[in-house]
Amino acid sequence: MSASVLSDLVSGLAAGRIRVIDLTRTLAPELPQIVLPPELGQCWPFRIEEVSRYDERGPAWYWNNFSCGEHTGTHFDAPIHWVSGRDLPGNSVDTLPVEHLVAPACVVDCSAEAAADADFLLTVDFLRAWEARHGRIPPRAWVLMRTDWSKRTDPVAYQNFDESGQHTPGPDVEAVKFLVHERDVLGFGSEAIGTDAGQAAHFRPPYPCHYFMHGSGRYGLQCLTNLDRLPPTGAVLICPPLKIRQGSGSPLRVLALVAADAAGV
Amino acid sequence: MTAPLERPRRKNPVLRTRLPTTPPAARSRVALGLTAAAALGRFELQVCRDCGAVQYPPREACHACLSERLDWRAQDGAGELLAETVLHHGLELYYRERVPWRIGTVRLDCGPAVVAHLHGDCPAPPARVRVRACLDRAGQAALFAIPEKDTPSMADDRQLREMTCDPQHRKILVTDGKTALGQALVRAFVAAGAELVWVGHAEPWKRAPGLDALAALPQSTLVPLDLTDARSVENLAAAIGGKVDILVNNAEHHRTFGIEARRGIDAARAEMDVNYFGLLRLAQAFAPALRARGADGAASAAAWVNVLSIFALANFPPHGTYSASKAAAHSAAQCLRAEMRGSGVRVVNVFPGPIDDEWNQLLLPPKLAPGGLANAIVAALRSGVEDVYPGDVAQDWLARWRDNPKALEREVAG
Amino acid sequence: MTRARRGYEDVVAAVPVTVPYVRFSIRGAHWFIGRALAGLLRDSGLRKEAIDGLCVASFTLAPDTAIGVAQHLGLAPRWLDFVPMGGAAAVIALRRAARAVESGDAEVVACVAGDTNSVDTFRQGTAGFSQFARDAVYPYGSGGPNASFALLTAHYMRAFGARREDFGRLCVAQRANALANPHALFKQPLTLEQYLSARPVAEPLHLFDCVMPCAGAEAFLVMRRSRAEAQGLRCARLLAAIERHNAFAADPIQFRGGWALDRDELYAQAGTAPADMDLVELYDDYPVIVLMQLEDLGFCAKGEAPAFVRSNTFTVDGSLPLNTSGGQLSTGQAGTAGGFLGMVEAIRQLTDQPLGAPVPGAKLGLVSGFGMVTYDRGLSSGAAILARAEAGG
Repeated sequence: MSASVLSDLVSGLAAGRIRVIDLTRTLAPELPQIVLPPELGQCWPFRIEEVSRYDERGPAWYWNNFSCGEHTGTHFDAPIHWVSGRDLPGNSVDTLPVEHLVAPACVVDCSAEAAADADFLLTVDFLRAWEARHGRIPPRAWVLMRTDWSKRTDPVAYQNFDESGQHTPGPDVEAVKFLVHERDVLGFGSEAIGTDAGQAAHFRPPYPCHYFMHGSGRYGLQCLTNLDRLPPTGAVLICPPLKIRQGSGSPLRVLALVAADAAGV
Repeated sequence: MTAPLERPRRKNPVLRTRLPTTPPAARSRVALGLTAAAALGRFELQVCRDCGAVQYPPREACHACLSERLDWRAQDGAGELLAETVLHHGLELYYRERVPWRIGTVRLDCGPAVVAHLHGDCPAPPARVRVRACLDRAGQAALFAIPEKDTPSMADDRQLREMTCDPQHRKILVTDGKTALGQALVRAFVAAGAELVWVGHAEPWKRAPGLDALAALPQSTLVPLDLTDARSVENLAAAIGGKVDILVNNAEHHRTFGIEARRGIDAARAEMDVNYFGLLRLAQAFAPALRARGADGAASAAAWVNVLSIFALANFPPHGTYSASKAAAHSAAQCLRAEMRGSGVRVVNVFPGPIDDEWNQLLLPPKLAPGGLANAIVAALRSGVEDVYPGDVAQDWLARWRDNPKALEREVAG
Repeated sequence: MTRARRGYEDVVAAVPVTVPYVRFSIRGAHWFIGRALAGLLRDSGLRKEAIDGLCVASFTLAPDTAIGVAQHLGLAPRWLDFVPMGGAAAVIALRRAARAVESGDAEVVACVAGDTNSVDTFRQGTAGFSQFARDAVYPYGSGGPNASFALLTAHYMRAFGARREDFGRLCVAQRANALANPHALFKQPLTLEQYLSARPVAEPLHLFDCVMPCAGAEAFLVMRRSRAEAQGLRCARLLAAIERHNAFAADPIQFRGGWALDRDELYAQAGTAPADMDLVELYDDYPVIVLMQLEDLGFCAKGEAPAFVRSNTFTVDGSLPLNTSGGQLSTGQAGTAGGFLGMVEAIRQLTDQPLGAPVPGAKLGLVSGFGMVTYDRGLSSGAAILARAEAGG
């Protein structure tokens, strides 16, 4: 039995009954990173420098050095990232339970609403409506907010700044509380640059998705893509961050396993 | 009279671009005193502290009284042109390619007779002229006699243009158009007759006021450029590097911390990444093409301008890490200057005092207006100087630094 | 009060030697100096050991100087001098050698000037000729002394009304003299029309105003007259000689040379006057310098050389035979040997062994040297008067 579970997985993958969908954006220097007021510390953007390319610096080999912040590109947020989660056990990427890194995902499609309103906020009512159609969000599942924001390939449109700051969709305060306390989610994922909405600095408390999720030992995933290729339920996420000692997060490759008959594309 | 320089014709793509040559560069160490002054746009000769005799060529001892106390002192350069010749033959490649070439003997009112390059508008001898010390394409001081009074289009004199880096008809890259200085530079270059101005801008999602207005200028083109990203720099060099005649690197990262006031080195590293490593990335990507085009016709590649800071000379502790990054950039710029030497492309280092911008909010005036600084940079290119200290603060620091660098260190330590 | 300078009572110059000039050579300067010394021995019949004084002039010996030449050629002189003084070298060498043999410091002094010339020698030599030239003239495209002499020629023409035709008359006459000299590099006659229509080099200088750098050597021996006669050598007596350096430094541009300071002493020492000279060998790197020498050596007043040139002729049969072997303008300028050219030619004429046409009945000759353009002018000037050594005279 125990062996057949894995062999079923392998044969399902081999036969195409299970598809692997990449939810990761390509790390590149032009990929925007979070913007904070300039006097604050900044997350490094992704940068890459050639070490050698079959040349005098390394005659037969090609490789690069790269640098970036823990929160650059498609990345994972651990509870220690936020002050509310600073003292939790297993709160950093090197100590969190690895069992959490393979988990089911619920995909809440807000793409129409986000297209209509860049500041769209995901509410409890919206979530209940989703549950009415797709069933109750199971415990220890990821909730991924599909906005199609990753289709904004122009970095300016993706960041969507004006003088009042960033305008990107995210959950409101009550929705976050609902997911944490009433649905016991594993974490929250978003296509935008943060799990919180662009204007969440003005919420009470500020950045509620970070504050409540991490304060309760839950995780975040940002800068996801291809959420439109996932079914509302049934996908399994594989998302192990790099094992950085006391790391607050890390860029990572996020894969989703999807039954072929449920895959959107 | 000098004919106004016509807009250069398009290059015949069948013809090879000639490689740059430079005039003889060897000088005695004492003669480099002339170069040191010319680099600042000054004409100085040695004057004997004991007997007052003015020396030329530069000497180790006074030709009149043998005193060793010879001080470099500013001269007004007024004199009489006694004789002229037009060279039709040159031993050095540089002159072989440029004859006919006019030089003359000028008796300076202050005493010595000098051999000088002769502006085309100087009348036949005997005639009153003004002698200036310029930097030639080898980067060494050369005396240049110009007419006693300015003439129309005198900057367009073929020989004088060899000493200058006039932006007129040239193609300019300004590496950061998002700052007030960058935008002032673009406007100043357009006003100076630049053929076109490429305007670099990083992180396009951070909207910069005024950038759209720049983009609307017919002479300017916005180009993505992030000095912290090697590929961004390389991509731009690949796209336009072969066309850039004057590169103005004004991109900088400026935070107002010393060492203690900011835990960690993230801010310092960001400063180094733009101010120092950014210069290196730019130089590796753009300098080769500039070097190769140092003699590419009337609008050849001409200059590389580094906007440094007067704090590159001595650390200003309230902006301590910024000062260090600018000192590093200054050092790298000296290396770049040496590496560009054979090409005739001038490396101009600009050492402004504090610019009136966000990061100098708490500094007391006087502060440099971005427009004034931009005009000073254009003027430096027109006059061909190599080191520019624009504004009162820069001049004050320079004077203190030259007088006694240790005293300046103590003064700014508060 | 200054003590009157002692004259030269018993000093002669003998054995004129020329190592034929070539435009370019792959030989070193040592080769040319060696050939010249061999020529001195061949023509004098002296053994090498008899040469106990050596004076060398060269610009292309580096890193050697005269001492390196001594070892190179296996000489053990008891008197040695190195005078890399360009156009003034021969007069300077003669003056010093004369005092050496008078004092007994040496018995037979070989004065040798030799230089090589490869394709880039001239550029290298001018680029690093002096600190002042390197600092203040060469970077201006001067290409050697052309520019400096163009400037002072232009000034001279403006100040004294000289015309290109005046310079041309000299050049044409010297070319006529050169045609009989088998060693002259220029073997074609030159007309005034050709002179005037030549291409400009550094205005107002044109092609035939400029010497052609080449390789070669010149040499002669200096000794007491009794020593020469014992050896059976024809010789010319040294009557008087002057030298001066960096004269008139305050002149903003050169229009006169050091001769003007010393010429009275020259003629007084020799007991002669300019009009007595049967031939004159004047340094001719550029024709304007010949005009200056005519003035400063007293053949005419300052500023009157143009008129003097117009009213005289300068071929060997002319009213003033001048540069009788053709001068450097027609034979080429073999570096410092160019400074020896007039001296060696004067010795030849006064000892009846000219290379080319003789000046009939020549008894007195004036040799003038000029050189060392370290900045904007020639710094060194010198002159000597030689006389035919009449039998028993």
